[in-house]
This record gives sequence, structure tokens and C-alpha cells, in this order.
Amino acid sequence: MSACTGIAATRSPARSPVRSRGRPSSPAGHAPLRLAALLAPAAAVFAAFFLLPLVRLIAIGAGGAEGWGAYLATLTDPGHLDSLVSTLALSAGVTVATLAIATVAGLFLVRHRFPGHALLVALLTFPLAFPGAVIGFMVIMLAGRQGLIGTVTQALTGGRLVFAYSMAGLFLGYVYFSIPRVILTVMAAAEKLDPRLEEAARSLGAPPWRVAADVILPALKPALISAGALCFATAMGAFGTAFTLATRINVLPMTIYTEFTLQANIAAAAALSVLLGLITWAALALARSAAGGSVAAAG
Amino acid sequence: MPDSFHLDAVPVRLEGCSKTWPGGARALEPLDLAIHGGETIVFLGPSGCGKTTTLRLIAGLESPDPGGRVLFGDEDVTALPIERRNVGMVFQSYALFPNMTVAENVAYGLKVRKVSRGERAARVGEMLDLMHLGEFAGRRIDQLSGGQRQRVALARALVVRPRVLLLDEPLTALDAKLRDSLRLEIDRLLRTLGITAVYVTHDQGEAMALGDRIVVMARGRVAQVGTPREIYYQPADGFVADFIGTMNRLSGRVGGGRLAVGRTSLPWPAPDGPVELLVRPEDLALADGEADGHLDGRVAAAVFLGDRTRLVVEPPDGPALTVDTAGRSDLARGDRVWLRVDPARLLAVP
Ligand SMILES: Nc1ncnc2c1ncn2[C@@H]1O[C@H](COP(=O)(O)OP(=O)(O)O)[C@@H](O)[C@H]1O
Ligand SMILES: [Mg+2]
Repeated sequence: MSACTGIAATRSPARSPVRSRGRPSSPAGHAPLRLAALLAPAAAVFAAFFLLPLVRLIAIGAGGAEGWGAYLATLTDPGHLDSLVSTLALSAGVTVATLAIATVAGLFLVRHRFPGHALLVALLTFPLAFPGAVIGFMVIMLAGRQGLIGTVTQALTGGRLVFAYSMAGLFLGYVYFSIPRVILTVMAAAEKLDPRLEEAARSLGAPPWRVAADVILPALKPALISAGALCFATAMGAFGTAFTLATRINVLPMTIYTEFTLQANIAAAAALSVLLGLITWAALALARSAAGGSVAAAG
Repeated sequence: MPDSFHLDAVPVRLEGCSKTWPGGARALEPLDLAIHGGETIVFLGPSGCGKTTTLRLIAGLESPDPGGRVLFGDEDVTALPIERRNVGMVFQSYALFPNMTVAENVAYGLKVRKVSRGERAARVGEMLDLMHLGEFAGRRIDQLSGGQRQRVALARALVVRPRVLLLDEPLTALDAKLRDSLRLEIDRLLRTLGITAVYVTHDQGEAMALGDRIVVMARGRVAQVGTPREIYYQPADGFVADFIGTMNRLSGRVGGGRLAVGRTSLPWPAPDGPVELLVRPEDLALADGEADGHLDGRVAAAVFLGDRTRLVVEPPDGPALTVDTAGRSDLARGDRVWLRVDPARLLAVP
């Protein structure tokens, strides 16, 4: 609303001088009102698309046959608990693997210049542009029934290695999807490392692995924590890739989907959604306090 | 002072060490240099002349072009990386580990060497006391001033008893007052420890004060190696003469055993021909009046420096001369003066 007023004011220059001449003496008294007007659109969006649905979601979670017991059931129902545990394990695994790969690759890319360097960095960030479904599709092309890995293993051993339609496939897809973001963060942090610190450590007798452990990793820690938290949160909530690979994969977003659409168990779906939101939010909050700010919310 | 503070005095030798960067640029022409055990040697020269590169060759952070050798005592260390050379390094930017306390920084080298916890604590404590840092042991690095940081860096480098201490412009980041006091402290430390030290600076005052010998460098070459006095009073060439202190130039002509400078002449046993002569400001003195052998000129500027007044005197022909005279001198711009010059103090430089 106030955005419209603002545009109207700039579009009709005749009006604004009149207004400012009309109230020249009380600019201060006007400030809180203007602030409220400026915040109104954000507040409206926040209320309409976040707060209200969230409250409604929480209420729906408690609105089934079990009442508030539905929340307890998310943890006592063996199927749900299993789904929760495997999602947590998958996300933690993806985070650790991605951090390890991206740290090594990011450091290498910052420290070595070679022909094609810029092109390689550009290519590495490619997966950022793909939706989850495309990532899933790529995993199938690689490790699916007609996939590259299957063809090669059949030629070599006679047996076909197929793992696209399972947790392993999902793991692969998520790692592939997460690496670019983490690499970019690591590279930005690694550019700022002071080479003198490493030289000082080496002069004191530290072999390369000690320099990495005592100098490089501590300096990269804030960047790794924030990138890792984002990676974890994304893996917790991602749906497209799992949906593309198989409907049987037992991860939380998938469980929520089946409870909601197939079982029409709306209360359970809502309760699981709230739980998923809470865990992800807590992971980001923890990371934010550990890294000292600057961890954005997951997209 | 406990005995443990006296370190081995290891001589260092560079043999035919040149350095060419991958792009083809030459940072260092082939260099031969023998640094005596326990000596403090200072690399002095303008920015970009190759001082840091030479230091890094000794450290093992760069390797010389093929054929060059670096020796510590009798051991050829050319192929050893820095972590196996046992050298101490001190940088202009301190390079302290920000994730460790003062004590942890100093203990780091001992920890890497797997020195037992008890001995580690004792040696770190000793070192911190030696550097007057005892009260800061538990501090974080960002809670220290620049001077304190550099003292921590010195303690960290020395506690492992390195064979050579390498310092790259360690005082350059500090303000003038701190620089003087820390320079004195470094001097005291190097004398106490008896360690072989290589000190890089572009500041001639630092070089004069600290160096047993100074290596003056210019464009990747050694211009002169000598004690501070030799460098100051017997510069090897015009570059060294101009770089160290203030030097006056006199152009003259020798004829029949006498040197003619402007309208004056001095006895000068040399073959006939034009000569370029150098003389320090303190080797020129004001004379009472015109006499044989005195140079004349007018005061172009008089700068009161407290303990002395620095005059710029313009002779009727030739470049201006800088002369130091008593602080209480009341000479002013435009005054006519005569300068006495002792022929023994005149330097003929190639
Ligand atoms: N890693 C490097 N690669 C290429 N050129 C370098 C490198 N390090 C220094 N140089 C160049 O080598 C020359 C000598 O540098 P340096 O030894 O650092 O000089 P100084 O310490 O005397 O100021 C300079 O021209 C500098 O630009
Ligand atoms: Mg330098």
C-alpha cells in the first residue's frame, strides 16, 4: 500500500512540494508513522504467507483424532520416527561429505591457477541452476537401470550396479547439488587467508597436515559452519530429487507428501511439517550462534 | 640469564644463489654470501631489490635456481623444506595465530616437536618472562598492541631454539617511538642469545643500529657488504653513498697535483682529469673567512634540528652542499659562508 503511495508521489511531482510545504514544522512526529507505513508491506506478506499458515498448520497438526497427541505420535510412530532418523542421518552425511569435498576442491582452486581455471569454476556452479527434479534425473542417468555406472559394471563384472532409486542415489544427488554453494563459500574465505600464517607454522616445524588442522581449518571455520548449516537445512527439506528417484525413499518430506496425498492423514502431515521446520530452524540458529552471525535462512 | 638462552651460533652460506620467477623475471643475480655464526647481518636496500627473496631462500620458502646452494654449517639444506630447517621467522605483519592465546602461540613450535607438557610450560614461561610478556600469557592476540604482538612473534620464533633467526621488516608496521624501543630490545636479545640472525629492512637507521655487517642490495645485486662504518665511510659506489645517510657531491678537475673545485683548489695527488668527489655533511665545516682551499657559497636554507643546524649552501657553480653546524648558529638564508674541507675526508668513488 505504501509502496503505491510512494510511486504516486514520485510520479506526480506537483503534489509532493505542496505536501512538504504543508507540514514543514513536524518532521519528527511524522517518523514513526512513516516507518510503520514502510514496514507494512513486509509485515503484510509475513503475516499472510508465513505467520497465518504456520499457526494454521500447528492447529491442523492438533486437529486430528488424536488431538495434540499427533505431535507425540511423530516420535512414537515407528514409521515416522524411522523417517525422521534416516532424514537426519542422510542430511548429516551429505553435509559432512560436501564440506570435505568442497573444502579440498575450493582450497585447490584458490591456490592453483591453470588454463581453464575460470571455466572450471563456472562449470562447478552449474548445479545451482537446476531444480531438484533435474538433479534426480541426472542421478538416474548415472546410477539408474540404464545408467552409466550400471553399463560399466556390467561390462566389467557381469553384474549391474544400480543405486539411483535408494538413499545412496539421493545422497549422491544432494552432494552434487550442495557442492557448488559450499565451494563458492570456501573459495571466498580461502582468498582471505594470510599466507604468512601458514609460513609461520611451517617455520615452527609443522608438516602440511598440521598446518591444515591448526591454521587453515580454524580460519575457514565460520565459513564452513554457515555453509554446512545451509547444506544440512537444504538436504532436510529437499523434495524434488527424492520424488524423481522413487516414492519409496523414506525421507521426511516424502513421508509428509504420502501422509497428505495418499493417506489423507492431514494432522500427521502437519505435525511432521512443524517438526521438520523446527529441526531445520534449530540447525540454522545453532550455526548462526557458533559462526557469529551471517547465516542466512535456507531457500 | 639461564644457560638455555644461549643458542648455537650456526654459520650460513649462500653459494651461487640466483632466483628467477616462473614468468622469467630475475629477482636475484647469483649471490655468494657467508654469514658468520652468531652474527647479525642486515639486508638493506630499496623496496623490490630482492631482500625478502634472499631471506626466503635462506628460510626454505623459495628454492634457488638450479646450481644454487644454501648451507647451514656443514649441512646442505638446499633441498629441505622450511619445516625441516629449524629456522625462526618474524614477519612485518606479526602472523600470530588468531585462534590461540599468547602462551599457545609461543608453545606451538614445542607442541609440534612433541615436547612434554611440563617442559613446554617451563620453556614458554621463561621465554615470556624474557620478553616481558608474562602478564599477557592468557590474552587473545587481538587484545595486544602492535609492539606486544611483535614481541610474542619473537618469543614464538625463539622458544624452539632455531639455528637461524630471520626477520623481515619486523618494525615497519610500528609507529616511530615503539620502533625505537623494540629495536633496542631486539638488539639486546640478539646479543644475549648469540644466535645467527638475518634482518631485512629498508631503513638505514635500523640497519646501522642492529647490523654487525650490512649487505646493501640494489636491483637483485649486492652493492656492498661491510660493517656499518665501512658502508658509511667507504661506500663502494655512488648508489651506496647516496642510499646511506646524506652525501655531498663535488665535481672537480685534477691538474698538476692539485684539485680545482669551483674557484678553490686543494692539493690532490691523482692523475689529471675530471673527478667526482663525495663528502659527508659532518666533514664540511664553516670557516672564518676566505682562505686558500675554502669553498664559498650562499646559504639557501637553514634548518634548525635542535642539536644542530643543517645548512644548504649553494656554491657559485655546481650542486648545493649540505653542511651540519652548531645548533645555535644564527646563519640565515642569503648569508655568505666559507666552507673548510679536509682533503683526507674526500672520497673518490667510481
Ligand atoms: N612470488 C613472486 N612471483 C613473482 N615475482 C615476485 C614474487 N615475489 C616477489 N617478486 C618480485 O621480485 C622482486 C624482489 O622482491 P622482494 O624480494 O620481495 O623485494 P624486497 O623485499 O627487497 O622489497 C620484486 O620485483 C617483486 O615484485
Ligand atoms: Mg620485502
